[in-house]
Amino acid sequence: MYQYSNFDHEFVAQRVAQFRAQVARRLDGSLSEEEFKPLRLMNGLYLQLHAYMLRVAIPYGTLNSRQMDQLAMIVERWDKGYGHFTTRQNIQFNWPKLEDVPDILQALADVEMHAIQTSGNTIRNVTADHFAGAAADEIADPRPVAELIRQWSTDHPEFQFLPRKFKIAVTGSPHDRAVTQAHDIGLRMTEQNGSRGFEVIVGGGLGRTPMIGKTLSPFVPLEDLLPYLEAVVSTYNLLGRRDNKYKARIKITTHEHGIDEIKQRVDAQFAKIKPMFSGADLQLLKDIERHFEPPKLKPAAPAGAAQTVAQTPAFRAWHDTNITAHKVPGYAIVSVSLKKPGATPGDATAAQMRALAQIARNFGHDALRISHEQNVILPYVHLADLPQVYQALRQADLATANIGLISDIIACPGMDYCALATARSIPVAQQIATHFEALTLEHDIGPLKLKISGCINACGHHHVGHIGILGLEKAGVESYQITLGGDAGAEAEIGTRAGPGFGADEIVPAIERLILGYLHLRADETESFLEAYRRLGLAPFKALLYPQEKKAA
Amino acid sequence: MSVTPISKVVTANDLRSGEVIYLRFPHDWTLELSKASVITDVDLAQAGLAYAQGQSNVVVGAYLSDVVAEADGPKASHFRDTFRSTGPSNYRHGKQEI
Repeated sequence: MYQYSNFDHEFVAQRVAQFRAQVARRLDGSLSEEEFKPLRLMNGLYLQLHAYMLRVAIPYGTLNSRQMDQLAMIVERWDKGYGHFTTRQNIQFNWPKLEDVPDILQALADVEMHAIQTSGNTIRNVTADHFAGAAADEIADPRPVAELIRQWSTDHPEFQFLPRKFKIAVTGSPHDRAVTQAHDIGLRMTEQNGSRGFEVIVGGGLGRTPMIGKTLSPFVPLEDLLPYLEAVVSTYNLLGRRDNKYKARIKITTHEHGIDEIKQRVDAQFAKIKPMFSGADLQLLKDIERHFEPPKLKPAAPAGAAQTVAQTPAFRAWHDTNITAHKVPGYAIVSVSLKKPGATPGDATAAQMRALAQIARNFGHDALRISHEQNVILPYVHLADLPQVYQALRQADLATANIGLISDIIACPGMDYCALATARSIPVAQQIATHFEALTLEHDIGPLKLKISGCINACGHHHVGHIGILGLEKAGVESYQITLGGDAGAEAEIGTRAGPGFGADEIVPAIERLILGYLHLRADETESFLEAYRRLGLAPFKALLYPQEKKAA
Repeated sequence: MSVTPISKVVTANDLRSGEVIYLRFPHDWTLELSKASVITDVDLAQAGLAYAQGQSNVVVGAYLSDVVAEADGPKASHFRDTFRSTGPSNYRHGKQEI
């Protein structure tokens, strides 16, 4: 993985020192809250419902064991012993004290991490396919490009005060695991005439006006990528609306001006700035690529190793759901679920972080990833080591066998923590997961993406859930709207709102009616919820959710 | 002169810890809503809010929160303020640790 250069170390150290002085000036009264707020937000520090929250970037979701150990140390020393992994491959600490934050940032800097540009109207943490570098279906590892974009966008002088925040996601695989069509810019690696480049998708996003991104260019050659991105962001910087924050994202700019006009402007800007890129960016990319060379892998699994799969039923169940095919024969990608039924989606305790770090050291070539689905990935595990990895995960209470199933729920922190939330998400996720565990139906239901957001900002990606739940306030109480048929994959789709919301005590029974009804509606056991929805349309599912209306009719 | 009946407390977050706090007249801050001063006069409410906003080296984000006065002290009217007064529902953290 990428190792900081002297410049990177110096830059991050300077920012820590600056913020330390800013916190001191806030505490001694030299800075008002009005003056301090933009400074703390530049360093990822929010004030939430019960406490401060520090959001730390995990660039393109990549961590090593030393970093994971340091996160464990931080949450034990300065927080409440756990961290929350988010849908943007960040980690959030929910209880830091203001005066401790400079020390936390220093501890992060010690392991080449930071919280810079995890807030504010800047280019945020660049996210990527969590299987990058390991996926059997990818063209190439997209992370060197993601790192190049991180370096280009960090402290980019032109892009520190954009009309609104700006999110970029990158995938090297046609099987989109990075939700590229729901980002301000989504990059999908493609090849044309033997040379590598990217399809550039622009103007996707969820939130109050969900939109699927549009292709701005089907192929930008690798050597043009950075000037092209700079052309897109500088076009948006000038054209994007600053009069209304709800209309300030590039998805609205694209919608209001049309993709053709945006393309024209971007092309003109690209022609202007391309000559200014002297090739230093490509040299830098070459240097970065050396950091992402795959680890020295062991020989392919010895004959018979696959039989270890058939050990216990629990191991087999875990193997069935949590293992993905690797590009290298003899290896597997292990997804570690942070969604044990009843637990908070995306939370890991310090002990669990240390266990993951140890497993990565012992069996995983020191590599860890955080997925936007709020799970942890071990991208390089030898097939022969799977039983030991499973045992170690079990000891750390991390062996839940539910990846891609109904209890593998994405949930934002909701009103349990977030100052913007309009309702809670976590208890709804906990109740749904424990309810379906009790029904022992999870494996029978099969692949199902259930995503919950606690407000219209949609951090829980509810619009692209096969089943989405949006928590709102209605007449002074929490109310939950259901959307159906969303999809975060390569052919992303925004779900359709099924009807009026459900009260907090009605939402789990509503989901149960929906799922039990689906089991009757599906053509056979191989037809997933989403496939059944696409075949049958909204009506029969709506009837399951609102049986009274059917009776009244 | 106010004619609209009100029932409010002044609440904010502690600058250093970020914790939710409530004003207890005249100049104290408490972590517990049950110990907060309930204000029923509009002018006094504005005065309390102005006092809190003037305490910018101690508190952040002061506002007036609606409460219902009960025998064991005020209770928040809105569920958001109820969560602020109790802490998160997934762990016994925050005020549940007091």
